[in-house]
Amino acid sequence: MNIEGKKAIWNDYQKEIADDRYFYVRSCVRQNFFPGAETTFLRIMREVLGKTVFEHACHTTCTGIGYHSDIVPIETTMTVVARQFSVMNESGFTNLVPSCVTSFGLYTEVLDTWHHFPQVKENVRQHLFNATGRTFEEPSNVAHASDLIYKFRKEILAKAKYRLVDKETGEPLRIVEHIGCHYSKMFPDKGVGGAEFPRVLSGIAEEWGGEVIDYPERRHCCGFGFRQFLVQANRGYSLSASKKKFESMKPFEPDLIITNCPGCPMFLDRWQYTLSELEGKTYGKDGKGIPVFTFEELAGLVLGFDPWDMGLQMHQIDAEPVLNKIGIAYDPEMKYKGLNGKNLGKPEKAIVNG
Amino acid sequence: MAAKSVIVIGGGIAGMEVSNQLSSLGYEVRLIEKNDQVGGKLLNWDRLFPTFRNAGEVLQRLQQKMDQREVIVDTNAEVTDVVKEKETFFVTVNHSVKYHADALVVATGFELFNAQRKEEYGYGIYDNVITSADLEKLFKSGGKLTNPMGKVPQRIAIVHCVGSRDSKVGNHYCSKVCCVTGVKQAIELQEQIPGVVVYCFYMDLRMYGEGFEELYRRAQEQHNIQFIRGRVSEVSETLDHSIQLKAEDTLAGRPLKMCVDLLVLMVGMEPGKGSVSVKNMLKLGTMDSGFLEPADVHLSRNVSSSKGIFMAGTAISPMSVNDTLENARSAAFEVHHYFQDID
Repeated sequence: MNIEGKKAIWNDYQKEIADDRYFYVRSCVRQNFFPGAETTFLRIMREVLGKTVFEHACHTTCTGIGYHSDIVPIETTMTVVARQFSVMNESGFTNLVPSCVTSFGLYTEVLDTWHHFPQVKENVRQHLFNATGRTFEEPSNVAHASDLIYKFRKEILAKAKYRLVDKETGEPLRIVEHIGCHYSKMFPDKGVGGAEFPRVLSGIAEEWGGEVIDYPERRHCCGFGFRQFLVQANRGYSLSASKKKFESMKPFEPDLIITNCPGCPMFLDRWQYTLSELEGKTYGKDGKGIPVFTFEELAGLVLGFDPWDMGLQMHQIDAEPVLNKIGIAYDPEMKYKGLNGKNLGKPEKAIVNG
Repeated sequence: MAAKSVIVIGGGIAGMEVSNQLSSLGYEVRLIEKNDQVGGKLLNWDRLFPTFRNAGEVLQRLQQKMDQREVIVDTNAEVTDVVKEKETFFVTVNHSVKYHADALVVATGFELFNAQRKEEYGYGIYDNVITSADLEKLFKSGGKLTNPMGKVPQRIAIVHCVGSRDSKVGNHYCSKVCCVTGVKQAIELQEQIPGVVVYCFYMDLRMYGEGFEELYRRAQEQHNIQFIRGRVSEVSETLDHSIQLKAEDTLAGRPLKMCVDLLVLMVGMEPGKGSVSVKNMLKLGTMDSGFLEPADVHLSRNVSSSKGIFMAGTAISPMSVNDTLENARSAAFEVHHYFQDID
């Protein structure tokens, strides 16, 4: 494998990412799947990097899940997106930062549509005004939250307490990176590194000391695929897609998986449990599952945040093997304690956790 | 009266042949080549389709004719400026040397498509992904045929139309030579590696030339080359550095995934860098494809829109070796008619 070839591609796909003053829009589902991830992102941006990140209570769903499930028509989606822009405008911000990869893809798609079909934008402008009395201007910069962590990866490293290396051997952790499809597969030039060899997560992982694995099914869907899962009869496709990835990455002996999409960590994490229960098969080391992290969680870990404050106890695959390998300090007794010290209840043993 | 003079820009086979023809017609010819020797892309090619003739033989014959006809050749020479005064062209080479001529022939050729632009194929990243030009160099070296990892490949896939007929890379045109090059190289691989299995992934096979269709039949009947109609969608590297590819077999209507030891990309042709430079200097037009635009695509293919400037070979469009040589002769005749004032 020739890394210079990849670098040439990465050079072709660099995007402009604003320096400060971000309007952050949360995901509909991430707070349920990985409840500490977005809070961790805000903590990193505000407390570690000193950036201004603003949220607005009137922000709503972007309709992405409904749109990609053929439930919400594009005209409705575009009007909702226009309203989000209006809310951003009235807040005095111009740099939009979606937490969700599907939202990021949707905003990108809508802006591209308006660029090519200006009349559509004017129609949407009229729809929005008729419905709400609002007007809007497009954002000057749209970046996914993982773009920001990529942009500030060196600053994070400078303040990091840990590296992604084995504390015993000094060897880099072997990392599978998986970007959400809507990050750059629709618009390669809108993602850091493009679509074929995306750099946004691999750049983060390598900067912090890890070694990224390029395995054959790297580009394959995580298993979410919207209708694969949302239509109950299709869920076998979802599971088989995830299984294909696990089978492909297993020989490379990854220590962990890093993701930037709401669905990817959910399915890569939970389906490992399902496969272990259905088939008795696991894909990680020592007969366990492969721990899965969001990019914010991984950033929080290297910065020395408490794993349980970030909600890592909500992962199906235990994070401890990675914490132990890096040497991250944590209190096992606090894993299932809430912020107020209340016992959250301990899950039953699972094959994936040994 | 002194003989009319012609400057030919570009010393590939088109430039060599047009120089020979013009010289034999009695004109004073100067051939300007930017590299240190003439011969162009054919210098790196081993054997020619459909005959498997050594490409060096063709070059040798062209060179012999040039020597006999005393064509003046300037190598390591690049045209840096051209000024036309009345009917005479004043050509500056390497920003210093100046020549004059009564006509110019642009024979600046083509560039091979840079396969790295088809990112999904991993050329320049995965060790066992090479191009048709790389394979030809391997053949030409005459050594044991191994993949870049040093292993004698037992399963090889050839991908046709890389950089041709592809909206994604902005090339809608057919490069004409890749189909039959793929067939030729598949046969050569099968002949050189006992037991090798070769798969050709194609959109359709355009066997337009003399002997091409016969070669295609021979590949199937005598060499058991497997032709699969479908484009490869993505390529990855496995743990043992073999290449995993995904494609759709559009005849069977099924997706497929396979591993091979070597992947060969049939790279197409793109307008030559020299053409871009010269067309700006000479203010020549280009077609949508980027190749030079003739005054009339049917009746004056070697004539540019500027009086006294002619074109030959793959500067005009993708061509095979045979077509290039014939086109060069045609260009020589156009120049001759121009000097003789024959319409």
